[in-house]
Amino acid sequence: MAESVGLKARRAGRLSGVDAFLWLVRVVALVAVAWGSYKSISSGRLTAAQWRGLIVAGVSQGAVYALVALGYTMVYGVLRFINFAHGEVFMAGSMMGFFVADGLSGTAMWTSLPYVALLIALLAAMATSTSISLVLERVAYRPLRGLPRLVPFITAVGASFFLQYAFAGLFGADSKAYPPVEALKGGFTIAGFRFGKVQVLVIVATIVMMIGLYLFVERTKAGRAIRAVSEDQEMASLMGINVDRSIALVFAVGGAMAGAGGLLYGLTFGQVDFLSGFTVGIKAFTASVLGGIGNPVGAMVGGLVLGLIESLGPSLVLFGLGVPSAHQLQDVVAFLALVMILIFRPTGILGERLAEERA
Amino acid sequence: MSKPRWLVSIALFGALALVAAACGEEEAAEFQPGPLGAVTVEPGAPVKIAVFESLSGDTASLGEDQLRAVQIAVDDKGGELLGHPIEIVELDDGCAAEQGTTGAQRIVADPQIVGVIGTSCSGAAIPAMEILSEEGFTMISGSNTSPLLTSIAGVEATAHLPGYFRTAHNDEIQGAAAANFVFSELGITKAATIHDGDPYTEGLATAFGASFEELGGEVVLATSVGVDQKDMKPVLTEVAAAGAEIVYFPIFQPAGDFIAAQAKEVAGLEAAVLMGADGLLSDTYVELPQTEGMYFSGPQTPTGSEYQAFVGKYEAEFGEKPIQAFHAHAFDAANVLFAVIEEVAVVEDDGTVHIDREELRNTVAGTSGFEGLTGTITCDEFGDCADPAIDVVQNTEAEKTIDQVRANVLFTFEP
Repeated sequence: MAESVGLKARRAGRLSGVDAFLWLVRVVALVAVAWGSYKSISSGRLTAAQWRGLIVAGVSQGAVYALVALGYTMVYGVLRFINFAHGEVFMAGSMMGFFVADGLSGTAMWTSLPYVALLIALLAAMATSTSISLVLERVAYRPLRGLPRLVPFITAVGASFFLQYAFAGLFGADSKAYPPVEALKGGFTIAGFRFGKVQVLVIVATIVMMIGLYLFVERTKAGRAIRAVSEDQEMASLMGINVDRSIALVFAVGGAMAGAGGLLYGLTFGQVDFLSGFTVGIKAFTASVLGGIGNPVGAMVGGLVLGLIESLGPSLVLFGLGVPSAHQLQDVVAFLALVMILIFRPTGILGERLAEERA
Repeated sequence: MSKPRWLVSIALFGALALVAAACGEEEAAEFQPGPLGAVTVEPGAPVKIAVFESLSGDTASLGEDQLRAVQIAVDDKGGELLGHPIEIVELDDGCAAEQGTTGAQRIVADPQIVGVIGTSCSGAAIPAMEILSEEGFTMISGSNTSPLLTSIAGVEATAHLPGYFRTAHNDEIQGAAAANFVFSELGITKAATIHDGDPYTEGLATAFGASFEELGGEVVLATSVGVDQKDMKPVLTEVAAAGAEIVYFPIFQPAGDFIAAQAKEVAGLEAAVLMGADGLLSDTYVELPQTEGMYFSGPQTPTGSEYQAFVGKYEAEFGEKPIQAFHAHAFDAANVLFAVIEEVAVVEDDGTVHIDREELRNTVAGTSGFEGLTGTITCDEFGDCADPAIDVVQNTEAEKTIDQVRANVLFTFEP
């Protein structure tokens, strides 16, 4: 709304009040970030190696956000609807990963063939998340297709709470600790950047899945059908595409990605509980909006950017500006970044221009 | 003739009513409640004690341990007080301010509750006391340690309200104990503190910092993390950059788990010493592999035959040794409350018991020389009743259960 008012005012040759305010905010934000960063880096408080460590941590965390953000963005692409229960799909995968890992940790396979054991856990996590995502779509969202936007939105929130407390009721409200994996201890140094083995696993797994997803969406018939449905659902169905099946496929793929993200998240932090999906869900949604909602590449970029901002932001900007207890504000930094990006570029980093392209 | 008869009947009736009223008033004048009101327990009705502890989530062991101690105290009394059965009303403080408020509201909504044993966490006690104090309730805590609830440096602190007492130590003492251990025993001069914004953790981190600097050490970084924060690498990187040799993080689980796990992976902190406090002295924390080698400051485990007898009863009833560090303090708190109730109660011939709230409060405040498991309980003017002694213990490879860790004492501090 602000943009259109501003456009009208600009066409009339004047700068509207809202426009002026937004420009002020942009300038202040840029100055604050620049000043804080300059102070942090010039003071030499952190060594270059430590900055690199923060960057690696940010990329690794961002990879998990990207995997979950893909689910949000693809569902938005086909249904123009935000699946708020996606965070819980992620949590379900993480929990299943815990149960399988815990179960396998007593066996000989865990020590002799750890990667095979992890692969089994990964497949179990992905399968669980996919199933829950499909059930959600079939039971909670499909019957409400075509109704005003608010209805599926509330259903999604309700489904989110239902899943959280179902897991809490079934498996307990305490944190579940992943068993330690000896093979994942330690790390390597590549080009001066120190990577922990877990971080390497997360980044490599994410890249592989992204490539797989890209090939699926661009090169296969099912992927083409999904792209068609996201562009124009009615025309696609007239062209003979089974819209229901395509949408279910989108949910399934999004769920699989989230499940993988869940296992990787569990391996990174070592713990998961029934509320883990909530924060990650919100951050991943933020990442998808950051990168441009509806655009899968945008979700990947958004996830990466958000992870880096979360990791570097407090140390780089807030500490430099002298804000006390900067790291407690880690989440504040992440959401502030979302607000800032939307002020600078309302459609997100790789987002489509609103109301212009589809003409 | 009917009119005068009718008038006479009314006059007689009025006279009888006056006599009855006069006689009735005399009987009711036996017990007068004070300005804060009183609890009247009818014959056969229970004496209700609220136990307001952390019963769910990651701090559940802290509350569960104390609830069990109160149950043992009730059993020791034969389940009865002044001829009435004791009824424990359980409430969950969730170790957070929100539940502190809602729990306190539930307590004041039940005027039959005589007193409160709780809360587990200082963060819940502060808003709870705002409600409870106004309604005249008395609360004795077995594990609140934030200096804000009683006094700082001998001066009344901001959150102190009448009706609040505790048998656990004031964290000024724990901060001094930890600082003395780190400076004198470990010989470390550069420390970093991490709290999580909760009054207990912040109070303790600040107390540690103040004592450490007084001894001649340097607090290179005093910062905090969020309670739900999982990614500790950025904050630990800052700690490493500041050059800390020890990280004192007197917080709770799960944040403590992540700090201990991720500290090893941060360049510059591989050799750093990690130290926690009584919030982390629970079985669920010390069994984690990343906490091996960590030091903890906490209240001293009592010794003596009476404590051994208590542990025996605990094990017999609950199937395991005590799971946290404050059971003895909660046991003493319950016994102080029972003793004071017995002292101030007015018992009528038919068994009705009246307990005046103000008298209960003042008598608890005047507690002096009460012998409990944790030592001699004497209340000062601000509600600190403990006989404090702080132990610093270490979690080593050999010690894997909480009572083993707590027995591995490296340093004792008694002011």
